[in-house]
Amino acid sequence: MTAPKHMDSALLTDILRRMLTIRIFEEKTAELAESKEIKCPVHLYVGQEGIAAGVCAHLDSNDFVFSTHRSHGHYIAKGGDLNALMAEIFGKETGCSRGHGGSMHVLDTRVGFMGSSPIVAGSIPLGVGGALTNKFLGDKNVSVAFFGDGATDEGVFYESVNFATLYKLPMLFVCENNLFSTHMPDFKRQSNTEVYQRIANFNINTKRVDGNNPVEIYQEAKTMIDRAKEGKGPSLLECMTYRWLAHVGPDHDLDIGYRLKKDVDHWKSRCPIKHVRDLLFRMNELSEDQFVRMQRDIVAKVEKTVAFARTSPYPKETDIYDGLYKETV
Amino acid sequence: MTGYTRKPCEENMRKISYAQAINEAFHQVMANDDRVFQIGVGINTPWYVGNTMKGLLDSFGETRMIDTPVSENGITGISVGSALTGMRPILTFPRMDFMYYAMDQICNHAAILNYTFGGNVSIPLTIRAIINRGGEQAAQHSQALQALFMHVPGLKIVMPSNAFDAKGLLIEAVEDDNPVLYIEDRWLYDEEMEVPEEDYRVPIGQAKLVREGTDITIVSYSYMMVECQKAIVELTKQGINPELIDLRSIKPMDITTIIHSLKKTGRLLIVDGGWKTGGVAAEIAALVADEGFALLKTPVKRLTLPDLPAPSSKTLEKIYYPTHVEIIKGCQDIIHDKQNVH
Repeated sequence: MTAPKHMDSALLTDILRRMLTIRIFEEKTAELAESKEIKCPVHLYVGQEGIAAGVCAHLDSNDFVFSTHRSHGHYIAKGGDLNALMAEIFGKETGCSRGHGGSMHVLDTRVGFMGSSPIVAGSIPLGVGGALTNKFLGDKNVSVAFFGDGATDEGVFYESVNFATLYKLPMLFVCENNLFSTHMPDFKRQSNTEVYQRIANFNINTKRVDGNNPVEIYQEAKTMIDRAKEGKGPSLLECMTYRWLAHVGPDHDLDIGYRLKKDVDHWKSRCPIKHVRDLLFRMNELSEDQFVRMQRDIVAKVEKTVAFARTSPYPKETDIYDGLYKETV
Repeated sequence: MTGYTRKPCEENMRKISYAQAINEAFHQVMANDDRVFQIGVGINTPWYVGNTMKGLLDSFGETRMIDTPVSENGITGISVGSALTGMRPILTFPRMDFMYYAMDQICNHAAILNYTFGGNVSIPLTIRAIINRGGEQAAQHSQALQALFMHVPGLKIVMPSNAFDAKGLLIEAVEDDNPVLYIEDRWLYDEEMEVPEEDYRVPIGQAKLVREGTDITIVSYSYMMVECQKAIVELTKQGINPELIDLRSIKPMDITTIIHSLKKTGRLLIVDGGWKTGGVAAEIAALVADEGFALLKTPVKRLTLPDLPAPSSKTLEKIYYPTHVEIIKGCQDIIHDKQNVH
């Protein structure tokens, strides 16, 4: 079996590693939240890894990414520092936001991860601002805003899409449609649940893909990013997916009554990591042993982030005002 | 003239208006730095912004002068995002009332992100807002919302009262690495003053002692400074010698200059062009209570707008907006209020 179009085994292995890193990091975070060692609320990305990995595989540190409350996956896929992320969730001085932001406000400017905001849709116009900057710099890089389907219920989403399309900005909107806005299913919120169709009237290039198929995501994102860099304007990629865990925290939200165990099980059977792993198996580019070794290496790496976070100092009480204003140079 | 960081050449002073001073500052900041661009509803038409944008579209083109759809929250977020990623946008709200639409991006994002990201980013964004008081426009085209924004940590707020400060504070705001809210009052646009031709900066956070006096301290800012100056002409005729302080910045607030003045006068009238409850004057009164209570010979008095939306009818508008007449009366009341002397 040969590699899918525009892809080779090295690239597929890279995407697999990114997804697996996210999965193992998030499962560890869930465990620490369960045991109450982590008190900061965590919105986990388990099940949706293929989207961050498939899109970010196209980006370098000069491309911007903006994210949401569910940001760990995007941060990791963009190459963010794992130690700094875990330390931030622990509220430590060594965290990527120096213990000021917690899980919902992460940033790593060195890799172009320009921040996350838990105000639903709040980071979408920020992303368009990044695209405007890139337009000034000549369309050489793109800006990507990841957001959920709940964000498309906010007015600012439409303002942002209109502006980006009007000015043909090098922008990629990635809607991770996991069917729920906290507890509310799409059909109870939206007169038209097909985001890509609803937004197409803005004359923006849009497509809906299987959000648990990282190959499809990678390929479609490539077309959209190439297009943006050619000055042809923004696109919206709607990725149909599902979060395996609760809206917030390590549980499954099965006790609340808004979703059923059989749905969760169905989506678990469509695991994006398994999808790429099995593809590499079939291509004879990955063995069971190699996969187990990859997993083991990542587990060890994630364990080190926990040790790093545990032993890092907390911010000093006397430094509480640090960072309120930037010193102008 | 004190309080500017680069001393302008006195020979190049000429009399220009407040609106011309703003326009000149815009031309200079845009010529000085390619990262500066302007964005906002109606910025390329005098219908919205008077003469303050004259010649900018011709000089810098539509790429750097982006006149936008009325999507206030969206374009504010876009400005914040472009500032986060290296540009230095100037975002204009020609009518301050429409800023309510953008509260999320101003207060939840621009103001707090640098702190929330541990000081690892900067947001060099100038948000320019124009107050359009009066003119029978009623409640939604006339508001002065500075106190709302003053409450939010992370913003700086300047409100120049004259052409010299308008230019110097605007250049300083654009060069600052933080979000700065620069609030103009359209009633000041035709006020003229000697202003240097070259660029210069007025530091943010420094009040200015405009007139020395002995009997009472009047603290004001923005348009109400004009009414204070008128009142002082009359008060001096009556033998009252007031000291006048122009705040210029309402955040950070220069309380030191106010306390210093109270050591001399012991009496304070605060003249504020905003609403009374939770307003700028209330904040000054609280700061004085904290830091200068023992200096006070009489209670602090606030002269503000009443806690009401602006009415349209001219008869109501006339009593809604305080003038020099109320300032004169306020000073007289404080000075002659024997009962409160202690």
